[in-house]
Amino acid sequence: MPTITFENRRLVLREQESVLDGLLRHGVPIRSSCRNGVCQSCMMRAVDQTPPAAAQKGLRGSLKARNHFLACQCRPTADMEVALPGHDDLPWVAVKVIGKQKLSERVIQLTLQCPESFAFQAGQFINVLHDDSVRSYSIANAPNAQHTLEMHIYRIDNGRISNWVHDELAIGDTLNIQGPFGDCVYNSGDPQEPLLLVGTGCVLAALRGVIHTALQHGHTAPIHLYHGSRSLDGVYLTNEMQALQARYPQFSYTPCLSGGEVPGGFTAGRAADAALAQHPKLRDWRIYLCGNTNMVKTTKRKAFLAGAALDHIHADPFEFSHKAAPAAQAKANPVL
Amino acid sequence: MTQSLYDRIGGDAAVNAAVDIFYRKVLADDRINDFFEDVDMEKQAAKQKAFLTVAFGGPNNYTHKAMREGHAHLVQRGLNDTHFNAVMENLAATLQELKVPPELIAEAAAIAESTRGDVLGR
Repeated sequence: MPTITFENRRLVLREQESVLDGLLRHGVPIRSSCRNGVCQSCMMRAVDQTPPAAAQKGLRGSLKARNHFLACQCRPTADMEVALPGHDDLPWVAVKVIGKQKLSERVIQLTLQCPESFAFQAGQFINVLHDDSVRSYSIANAPNAQHTLEMHIYRIDNGRISNWVHDELAIGDTLNIQGPFGDCVYNSGDPQEPLLLVGTGCVLAALRGVIHTALQHGHTAPIHLYHGSRSLDGVYLTNEMQALQARYPQFSYTPCLSGGEVPGGFTAGRAADAALAQHPKLRDWRIYLCGNTNMVKTTKRKAFLAGAALDHIHADPFEFSHKAAPAAQAKANPVL
Repeated sequence: MTQSLYDRIGGDAAVNAAVDIFYRKVLADDRINDFFEDVDMEKQAAKQKAFLTVAFGGPNNYTHKAMREGHAHLVQRGLNDTHFNAVMENLAATLQELKVPPELIAEAAAIAESTRGDVLGR
């Protein structure tokens, strides 16, 4: 019979017993409700293997990719190490900085050399660790044969990590990253499906990845991008987006400014408000939201109420700054 | 043996077709949406799916005890018959929208109705 390892405990499953039942029988308190593969209360994660397909039925692609599964539906045929899902469910990787370039007054681009095993998709994000702080940054490029990863980093007043990256981090230095995370990837499979993308700040890097991938895949339906900044100094990639708009008639770009002076060519107000006002009916649309947590949560709800199917809403709320878990600090000592 | 309601109504595919419509109605319903706010939308949708599976007479392992415990925190926040009635209305409206025959809607409503005591903790 297969054994299950959970938090350094090993237990043997009975014939046809689910991981959930096995853990409960050994007194491990795992939350569950329907025990029928529907309510997703008993979601867990396989530590270093792909769970049985039957145990992943109904889960989002990004969760499947991170080996999440439903314990009540998991009847493994081989030994398995399992864990509860959480923020730190991917290892920290030490990578080398191989490029640093200024994109605007406040935005620099970092290029990192990743190991071959670090597989990401355009539109995802990674966490960066410095001292005991963690911050999420969008990945700005598409996967490539050189295994390089680009990020855009906006200098925030008093931001611990962004100022350190801007002022101190140098080419040749080591950076600790974790990921990739995120659901904002182009997987429409339907070139006729209209896309609505809303983001604030440097998540434009991720949305740009989704847009480029869509256009490469011959997406013919409208693609509407709404990018919000508080003021003009957060606006970047404007020329590139305008050039893209001129080249692809199906693509439209609406830069929004929520404060200060609003020059011609910009829409006053928040990006999400402008997007929803101009597109009040979102049935059969695919929606991409990333950036500020409140914006993403509120807009996700509004887009759903406007008719978008829940599994057509890709939402990545960024925890812009949080303390690293002790485990992350312990694991993240530079190894290069 | 006659087919179960779950099979006649369309099984898993029917639940999948109904869940977004039902959840959208619930979120838009000011009488009850307070009970559904401020939680992870995927988790909340999965719960709605579990509810619809029960109402359609589908496979589930809910016990009376689990049903009571699962809703106790809502009863504490004031969940009562008015709210339960609103959910029943949204269920019927969802099935009507999906053009489910009236007699099947009545069967599903009767199953959902049978959970009232447990859901409201009495």
